[in-house]
Amino acid sequence: MALKGNLRSFSFVQLLNLIHLARKTGQLSIQGPNKQALLYFQQGKLAYASQDGQGGSLLDVLYRAKRLTPSQYRALQQRASRYTDKELGLLLVNAGYFTPSEILNVLKNAYRETVRQLFTWAEGNFEFNAQAPPPRGKILVRLGLENLIIEGARHLREWERLQQEIPTLDVALKFVDRPRTNIQDLNLSVEEWRVLSYVSPRNTLRQIANALKLSDMEIRRIVYGLIQAGLVELVRPEAKKLPEIKLAFSDRPKEERVSLLNKIIDRIRSL
Amino acid sequence: MQTVKIVVTGPFNAGKTQFIKTVSEIDVVSTDKKITSDQERVKNTTTVAMDFGRITIDENLVLYLFGTPGQRRFDFMWEILSEGMLGFIVLVDSTRPETFHEARSILETFKAFAPTPYVVAANKQDLEDAWDVEDLRIALRLGDDVKVVPCVATDKESVKKVLLELLYSILEYLEKSDRGRTKSQE
Repeated sequence: MALKGNLRSFSFVQLLNLIHLARKTGQLSIQGPNKQALLYFQQGKLAYASQDGQGGSLLDVLYRAKRLTPSQYRALQQRASRYTDKELGLLLVNAGYFTPSEILNVLKNAYRETVRQLFTWAEGNFEFNAQAPPPRGKILVRLGLENLIIEGARHLREWERLQQEIPTLDVALKFVDRPRTNIQDLNLSVEEWRVLSYVSPRNTLRQIANALKLSDMEIRRIVYGLIQAGLVELVRPEAKKLPEIKLAFSDRPKEERVSLLNKIIDRIRSL
Repeated sequence: MQTVKIVVTGPFNAGKTQFIKTVSEIDVVSTDKKITSDQERVKNTTTVAMDFGRITIDENLVLYLFGTPGQRRFDFMWEILSEGMLGFIVLVDSTRPETFHEARSILETFKAFAPTPYVVAANKQDLEDAWDVEDLRIALRLGDDVKVVPCVATDKESVKKVLLELLYSILEYLEKSDRGRTKSQE
């Protein structure tokens, strides 16, 4: 029977822990708001991981790990389409380009990185299918989950802190009137610049995250950094209506409200 | 008889119940309960629903002071308490920087409930390790337009000062919103 749920109620770290402790074998698929991921486990160890198809091709993994030059990559790309990863790996080993352990290490690092990115997902439907076969033609590794779970728990704590700092994504950003920091002294990452380009009281954080395909945690982390740097502040989105809470005297004429307030002020002074 | 209310909010153990007790003409009606969480064993009881004090303004007008529960698990009460308030006071324990974060979060929550004036009261200023008011402003990321008033919740004059600062802010707010309305009508 498939194990199904949402990361909101059962986090990715909890899932990894369950798979690790129960020594599960099978395929875990996660469908996030903008992305999807596919992982395969054998007896509680990670065997394969890909996100949005990235990490799926051995050639791409080797190239991203800078183990192939651009010209080698282009030359192999034409031939590789005919082969599965297993066949290509064998070819590269036989041709003396890599040893088997080198290929496995590069793959392990790539799969670890995929798992790290999944720690930032707070939302997404998951399904674990113990009947699913291993991904066809892919090279499987045996990666223990213990360290990843510890790393994930750290992420979880950071996530909880970020959630406290920025409890909702339905708020907007505006540039502070007087930045505490000299912008010229700031070294911003590409992602931070991209978020800055969307800063406007009309755009909620949720909309910015969707536009830039950032997870809840990623947008919170970037915005938190920008707030700490004194560049932006959170504001209520312009389009959002104020909550309909009835305030005291709101239905009275101004003169009456001022008179009532003055009465209260006089009384407090005399206490 | 007309009644108005001011909400006193803030993190756990900030001194909200004491603040109200100091100026209330009645014994504060408090619904304290034994604390269950180990992390919050700074004191033995906490306010789980609300407590309120009363100040009679005249024969036709009564001001109620409502204290919110300090622990976030009771935050469902906050929206209810916000209904019909004149304004609110965020009480912060100046000696416990670990609660500033929570104070900031409570402030944001209340601001979202109602666009009403508020002041921040930096409580326990009589204690040696109290943070300076201006340092507190920076730690809470408050703009220059937000009043941060030093406070000692056990001292009546100090509590009166906080209440008066809030009331002055409400008067200013009324003036501003009225000017805004007149402009938009023009």
